[in-house]
Amino acid sequence: MAKSVAPGRPNQFLRNLNSKIACIPMMLTALVIFLGGTVWTVIYSFTNSKLLPRATFVGFDQYERLWAASRWIISIQNLAIYGVLCLIFSLLIGFVLAALMDQKIRFENTFRTIFLYPFALSFIVTGLVWQWVLNPEYGVQGVVRSLGWESFTFDPLYTPEIVIYGILIAGLWQGTGLVMCLMLAGLRGIDEDIWKAARVDGIPMWKTYIFIVIPMMRPVFITTLVLIASGIVKLYDLVVAQTSGGPGNASEVPAKYVYDYMFQAQNLGQGFAASTMMLLTVAIIVVPWAYLEFGGRKRV
Amino acid sequence: MSDTSTLNATTAGIDAMSPELKVRSSLNPGPRGRRPKRVLSRRNIFLYGILGLAALYYLLPLYVMVVTSLKGMPEIRLGNIFSPPVEITFEPWVKAWAQACTGLNCDGLSRGFWNSVRILVPSVVVSILVASVSGYALANWRFKGSELFFSILIVGAFIPYQVMIYPIVIILRELGIYGTLTGLVIVHTIFGMPILTLLFRNYFASLPEELFKAARIDGAGFWQIYGRIMLPMSLPIFVVAMILQVTGIWNDFLFGVVFTRPDTYPMTVQLNNIVNSVQGVKEYNVNMAATLLTGAVPLIVYFVSGRLFVRGIAAGAVKG
Amino acid sequence: MTDLSSFANRASSVSIRDLSLSFGAVTVLENLNLDIRDGEFLVLLGSSGCGKSTLLNCIAGLLEPTDGQIFIKDRNVTWEEPKDRGIGMVFQSYALYPQMTVEKNLSFGLRVAGLAKDEIDRRVARAAGILQIEPLLNRKPAALSGGQRQRVAIGRALVRDVDVFLFDEPLSNLDAKLRSELRVEIKRLHQSLKNTMIYVTHDQIEALTLADRIAIMKSGVIQQLDDPMTIYNRPKNKFVAGFIGSPSMNFLKGELVDEGGHIAFRTNGVSFSLDGYQASEALAAGRKVILGLRPEHVKVDSDIGHGETHEAVVDIEEPMGADNLLWLKHAGHTLSVRIGGERRYAVGTKVRLGFDMSMASLFDAVSEERI
Repeated sequence: MAKSVAPGRPNQFLRNLNSKIACIPMMLTALVIFLGGTVWTVIYSFTNSKLLPRATFVGFDQYERLWAASRWIISIQNLAIYGVLCLIFSLLIGFVLAALMDQKIRFENTFRTIFLYPFALSFIVTGLVWQWVLNPEYGVQGVVRSLGWESFTFDPLYTPEIVIYGILIAGLWQGTGLVMCLMLAGLRGIDEDIWKAARVDGIPMWKTYIFIVIPMMRPVFITTLVLIASGIVKLYDLVVAQTSGGPGNASEVPAKYVYDYMFQAQNLGQGFAASTMMLLTVAIIVVPWAYLEFGGRKRV
Repeated sequence: MSDTSTLNATTAGIDAMSPELKVRSSLNPGPRGRRPKRVLSRRNIFLYGILGLAALYYLLPLYVMVVTSLKGMPEIRLGNIFSPPVEITFEPWVKAWAQACTGLNCDGLSRGFWNSVRILVPSVVVSILVASVSGYALANWRFKGSELFFSILIVGAFIPYQVMIYPIVIILRELGIYGTLTGLVIVHTIFGMPILTLLFRNYFASLPEELFKAARIDGAGFWQIYGRIMLPMSLPIFVVAMILQVTGIWNDFLFGVVFTRPDTYPMTVQLNNIVNSVQGVKEYNVNMAATLLTGAVPLIVYFVSGRLFVRGIAAGAVKG
Repeated sequence: MTDLSSFANRASSVSIRDLSLSFGAVTVLENLNLDIRDGEFLVLLGSSGCGKSTLLNCIAGLLEPTDGQIFIKDRNVTWEEPKDRGIGMVFQSYALYPQMTVEKNLSFGLRVAGLAKDEIDRRVARAAGILQIEPLLNRKPAALSGGQRQRVAIGRALVRDVDVFLFDEPLSNLDAKLRSELRVEIKRLHQSLKNTMIYVTHDQIEALTLADRIAIMKSGVIQQLDDPMTIYNRPKNKFVAGFIGSPSMNFLKGELVDEGGHIAFRTNGVSFSLDGYQASEALAAGRKVILGLRPEHVKVDSDIGHGETHEAVVDIEEPMGADNLLWLKHAGHTLSVRIGGERRYAVGTKVRLGFDMSMASLFDAVSEERI
């Protein structure tokens, strides 16, 4: 390699040996679990594995069965509705709250503590609380009716058509605090002089936000978007706690489909196929982002 | 609009700089001095109104939980969920902690609580130890391929758990530790690794490189620099990582369900089984007490840690 | 395995042979050779990115060269660990361990090496004595001023009892006053210890005042290695000439002409007699050259001795106290000229200029090398 390698050059493998030893768990995780596990699941999604994984390949059979299953179609529809609305409302509410918080208000810490505490709670706790708050007999609907408005109907958790919105309310309650925090950090990262310049130029505040500040916060928005989106695909515990997928299977989601087929219906092939579809969904979200974020930049 | 005092300061500055201007302004009958502040301006009503409403939305479920858990069942059936308890009773709490049933076990959530503690402590310690050492190696002792492994790790953080969960079941089964505490600790270490490694790598990389060089000149090796130089300098980031892991592992449901057996279920799983069990009469007050008990640990962590929690999730969310 | 140490210069303390270093496609050092004498104070001078710190890090063993060898005290240390090289290093940011007291900072390396306690105490006490930091021994770095921190950092190199001291821009983080104080202290330290010192800086004043020899670097290549006065007065090329001196040397582009048997420099219709210039090669008429004149080597009015004079007009005057800097319009050029601070000129004043050609520099217009 080098033309005049000095004598006593240590073995390249032994160099930095401690560092390599320290990284063994990390390397194993990356290679065996993240890479190996994913590849394994994708491969076995083309088999007819039932109770145990079997390497009998059946082509796209599992996928055909998957897309023929009404439960999977409902899961996908639910995820789409939940995903789109959750993205829109998280960003909207998160940004508006952050913008309000950024007005040099009093009690900023108190407000932040209040908006963010649900994020510390698990989805199980979130789901169970909102199951109770939305209880048709004693919850919001019951209270409004007892106030005299007898015909008032707000019963998302027991109405198949709108059950996913009931879950959305709980999901937003849990997650918007985080979005607010990220947005607030983004707003705080904007140079004070931008505001001064806009003020001197006499630009109204709302225009400054829309035309100057939001475009400047593009990286924060994109990171938040990817974060929310990859969280949405994992949506599972909330549904389990709040509705157990019901009524009927009106609030099923893909992650629950995977779990049920893998560990309860003992139909591993279906579970693998469904989880591969989840992987594909995430790839559609993450790959363009990763390309934009890291692909354009050259590493030294 | 953003700050009136800035404007006052600016005009004061102009006054000070140019005496001519000052003379003119004193001849002028127009406004001068500090702008009067109105507490109840339309802007403030609007601002605090919206924030207050939002705060109400976020606080309401917590309030409902507390109130419900302190009522007796007859009162719940009569009244509405928002009214404060007429007669405060702690019986639902006692029942939730010590008597609530899951399946055949009727020793309450306490079993889940102690299971969670047994899972939490080793998982937090091991995952942070492993990740901090890898982060340190990645920041200061790069070797050929180290960045590649790290990239795989970070990309892996976006892969849905469902994709990797079955291969892990197989591996743990082959190792004979499926369903054991050791197995679950390994799982938590694996899935905590991307975010924690990133956190530590970025933190160690932000420390002055010359410090590391100085320690090498002084003859310290990999582990000595880690233990005697880096670790004592990085206590805040270890606290952040701990907050992240304590809340994350305590709140976990999926791994608990997949990788433990009914008698070692963590608190979240047991809570869900208690509340969503189909048998028997629903005891909403006990359910809410149980829910509060399960949420108590992360909530306490959250309220005690305050700003560090924000820093932790921000570090977890935005790459350094 | 052949013993390559015989290739190294026996009289030198640090020898660098054909050293190259590249990060991927970026070459930072290329085939660099350098011999540093025993007890010498060598300054590596250059702007940021020239490779001077990289070279120092290679000598310290903190960076691995792509190719070449490094000898310290005739021992090939190319692949040795930093601690085994017999070097001590002082960093720009001081790099004191924040959680340790000054004493622990000084003794850390000795404790790692497992020295006996009384030996450690003896060495720490000696270093603290030399640097006069005994009262600070129990303080943490955060409680020290910048100057005190840098003194501790020097002490950390001192306790190691090494042959070679490496300084990586040690004064750059200090304010101007402290910088000049510590500069003197480092010079005094060198005079009393007589160790080999290699000192990286981008500050030419530090380089000129401290160095026995200066190595000026650009793009990973040493441009000139000489004592400070030679570097200042007889720069090897236009880069070195322009890098050293403030304000920068005046450069006039023109060509050599034959004026009645004498070779002269001509630009924009004005010619300069080259009487007194010591050329290293024969000067031939017609050659495109660059004439370099330092601001203090252009004489104004009463300072002019004998010889030809030119006329110029004062464009801008910059009084600086001890000196007065004039920017003059002369034959389509702007010349900077340094005169005594007490002599003032109004803008627009016509002045006469004289030139001390024995102190001038002449460079080839293409190669930019000194003629």
